[in-house]
Amino acid sequence: MKIGVVTFPGSLDDRDAARAVRAAGADVVTLWHGDRDLHGVDAVVLPGGFSYGDYLRCGAIARFAPVMDVLVPAAQGGLPVLGICNGFQVLCESHLLPGALIRNDHRKFNCVDQVLRVENASTTWTSAYAAGQEITIPLKNGEGGFVADEATLDRLEGEGRVVVRYVGANPNGSHRKIAGITNDRGNVVGLMPHPEHAIEPGYGPSTDGLDFFASALASLEQVVSA
Amino acid sequence: MSAQTEATRQDLAGVDTVTQAGTTPDTEQPWGALGLKVDEYANIKEILGRRPTSAELAMYSVMWSEHCSYKSSKVHFSLWGENTTDAMREKLLVGIGENAGVVDIGDGWAVTFKIESHNHPSYVEPHQGAATGVGGIVRDIMSMGARPIAVMDALRFGNLRHPDTLRVLPGIVAGVGGYGNCLGLPNIGGEVVFDDCYQGNPLVNALCVGAMRIEDIHLASARGVGNKVVLFGAKTGGDGIGGVSVLASETFSATGGGPTKRPAVQVGDPFAEKVLIECCLDLYAAHVVAGIQDLGGAGLSCATSELASNGDGGMAVELDLVPLRDASLRPEEILMSESQERMMAIVEPAKLEAFLAITTRWDVEATVIGEVTDGEHLVITWHGETIVDVPPRSVAHDGPVYDRPLGRPAYLDGLVADTTADLERPVTGEELRATLLTMLASPNLCDTSWVTDQYDRYVMGNTALAMPDDAGVVRVDEETGRGVAISTDCNGRFAKLDPYTGAQAALAEAYRNVSTAGAAPLAVTDCLNFGSPEDPGVMWQFRESIRGIAEGCKTLGIPVTGGNVSFYNQTGDVAIHPTPVIGVLGVMEDVSVRTPSGFSVDGSRLYLLGDTRDELDGSEWAHVAHGHLGGVPPVVDLEHEMRLSAVLQQGAREGWFDAAHDLSEGGLAQVLAEAVLRNGIGARVGLERLVLKGVDPFTALFSESTGRVLVAVTPGSEDEFLAAVPDSVSVTELGLTDTDVDGLVVVAGPDASFGIDHATLRRTHKATLPGIFGP
Repeated sequence: MKIGVVTFPGSLDDRDAARAVRAAGADVVTLWHGDRDLHGVDAVVLPGGFSYGDYLRCGAIARFAPVMDVLVPAAQGGLPVLGICNGFQVLCESHLLPGALIRNDHRKFNCVDQVLRVENASTTWTSAYAAGQEITIPLKNGEGGFVADEATLDRLEGEGRVVVRYVGANPNGSHRKIAGITNDRGNVVGLMPHPEHAIEPGYGPSTDGLDFFASALASLEQVVSA
Repeated sequence: MSAQTEATRQDLAGVDTVTQAGTTPDTEQPWGALGLKVDEYANIKEILGRRPTSAELAMYSVMWSEHCSYKSSKVHFSLWGENTTDAMREKLLVGIGENAGVVDIGDGWAVTFKIESHNHPSYVEPHQGAATGVGGIVRDIMSMGARPIAVMDALRFGNLRHPDTLRVLPGIVAGVGGYGNCLGLPNIGGEVVFDDCYQGNPLVNALCVGAMRIEDIHLASARGVGNKVVLFGAKTGGDGIGGVSVLASETFSATGGGPTKRPAVQVGDPFAEKVLIECCLDLYAAHVVAGIQDLGGAGLSCATSELASNGDGGMAVELDLVPLRDASLRPEEILMSESQERMMAIVEPAKLEAFLAITTRWDVEATVIGEVTDGEHLVITWHGETIVDVPPRSVAHDGPVYDRPLGRPAYLDGLVADTTADLERPVTGEELRATLLTMLASPNLCDTSWVTDQYDRYVMGNTALAMPDDAGVVRVDEETGRGVAISTDCNGRFAKLDPYTGAQAALAEAYRNVSTAGAAPLAVTDCLNFGSPEDPGVMWQFRESIRGIAEGCKTLGIPVTGGNVSFYNQTGDVAIHPTPVIGVLGVMEDVSVRTPSGFSVDGSRLYLLGDTRDELDGSEWAHVAHGHLGGVPPVVDLEHEMRLSAVLQQGAREGWFDAAHDLSEGGLAQVLAEAVLRNGIGARVGLERLVLKGVDPFTALFSESTGRVLVAVTPGSEDEFLAAVPDSVSVTELGLTDTDVDGLVVVAGPDASFGIDHATLRRTHKATLPGIFGP
């Protein structure tokens, strides 16, 4: 299985995402922002960072990178895509996912070990978890407040598209404590916390994050064997 | 007249050329306003055999500034060499004098690290000052050929409750965080210290560590006639002009009058630096760089003169080729600008195309602005006219040297005589409990996560330990787990009472912190923050501190690999405490076995390693409870620290320790509270064995004797651990971790026992900073 990791100028967690993909047992293909080609990958991770410095709205420029011209239709066609942090912001800017990420309500960058509850364990990226399972992975961002209008929030809740939710105090003012969501097909998932920073003992708060990548691998293998 | 010639004529209007300088020897020049002294100006004229052009004057003024030339401190640097033995040089691949020192950490890996001050800019413009402090030290590390792998920051502020601290602190923290986070470098530790002496002179000391294969080390020298001089990265703007001279090398006016120095502070663009890092690493990997230097303090003046001075020939530069953000900049300003995110490389002509292909891929602007010549001079032209023609060494390395008068300050006798012996001490369990809680909430002992949570400690995925642990630990080799541990420390109060011992106490503490994590200490970097060198008392403090560090390093067998001196940290006549911040780097074969500082399992047996003496002078207790500073600092025994370090390293390797925590400010009480708070595992502690050794409960809890570490030994490992502790290191059993205990129970006889539940400890520890700065 080949999972692509996109590097935009200013991507920071691309090497970490690649490490997590390898740890889960898949091959990594590095994808370059300026390259209008997905090189035949079976899934894509949009990593964290500050693409193009994020001096404008986060992800607003990355959304126009040449690689997105091919990624957006592929995702709409069912290609599994995971957007982490800045990657989630890019997915929202690309309208692959609804809503937006705004400045944290306390107006500071915040790096903490965050407890999450997996609300939807049937997406391509969360099938290895049990619904209701609590996991602890790092959360680290300045603009992680998930917002959407009430109708959208109700629809996300009603269709089970809230994938992970913050447990305990709301760390950034996200509406309904939403930490991550999925599209209606469940192949595109975006979340603010960082599963790729919790994959090996001794580094990071836990190894709870590895199953995001293992989930995708399992889903892909299922598709192949089916 | 053609349009082009017209433009050139305008560009040349008012430009001072070498030819003009020769014919107009008596032209008045603003050497004083540029921060030069009268004899320094005379010296420049003697070197050149004529008056300098205004561009040359600009170069000399920034390069001969205190910040760049070390003119007041250099004379004392012989102490480093005198105290460095051959054995200490063994692991040293690059020593003092390059952009940063490099040490061999084994398996073919080289690590470079350095700490540097950005104090004055951060006071004037907290956010940008601190941000560009991080940016500058990261470029120093990059220019050695390394990938930066972590940063740390040692921050010192005035009184927590002073309104100016409210102005300065949030900006500095956001600046450090904003820049480092956007670069993708984990911030793995540092210090947050409050003391009235830093009011008006906050200290922002930024450390960066980088790693590379030994064969990939790069140096800042311009060799090979005909090789191209390439300026790449950001365009040059009007920011930071004279940053090192008029800003960093002068004392702030006590009255606050005069024009603001804000234009002398640089403005940072971390995105540009992130791209520059990746671009540089690709350039190194492609072997297209013959020499490299970052542009930091003194900008182009520094990069051109240092590269040429370190090289084997001269250099010719066409200054009008420098890409500008502001077309109206004059040549002198271009030479002095400290615009950030710029690098200069020396590139062989045959490799230029490959070089430019890589910079293009990263959308980094690169411009050939000159070449290495077979002459001996650095010659800079502006639209064809020569405006600089100097021996580069005279600018970069042969600046003035001052052996300034020094003398032990007269006030010291009185200060040393005023000990803590007569201060009232808590005695009963209730008093000890109250004292612990007051201390736990005090500015220097409270939880600093309001600050440190603004830093990304996880990016890169190699962080094995970070704040609030004793040392930051990162993996270098992903295959083997080989990595490094770093800690920075300094207690300025100890250094005020006795700068020699205070500096050694800082060295001992950083050494101990790294050891506590389980690493073998290997090398030292220092950031020497002092008041005005024109004050003989300050110069004496400086000399004593260097002597303490150098002699201490000799005893410990670890070399100083580089660092930075920051003078003029004073407002009016009032200097800061001497603050020699010491960073110690240690190496671990596998960082995944590092020892954390918080208890995590039930039933670990607690032992105190080292002796507790009645050493409360200069302590946090004296400060918090009595606002007192006087007496003599705790005794430092470096031989003992080495024995202690060996036990701690062995314990980590063998897996004996559930936790280990160094005792420093706040003593045993603080360490117990922090270890309990970390994971919510309680502890039952008995002080009776210390009391039997003649240590009263108050001293046991709050003394700041050096050379002590609390270890929690995992059940079953006690015998092996005890057998490994040499007789010369005292070990005292203190109790057990206990999940049935809510918080901390301290037993010290019928009258001095007390308990504090977890919620109270937590609330007390956490509330202080949010109470001032908001949630």
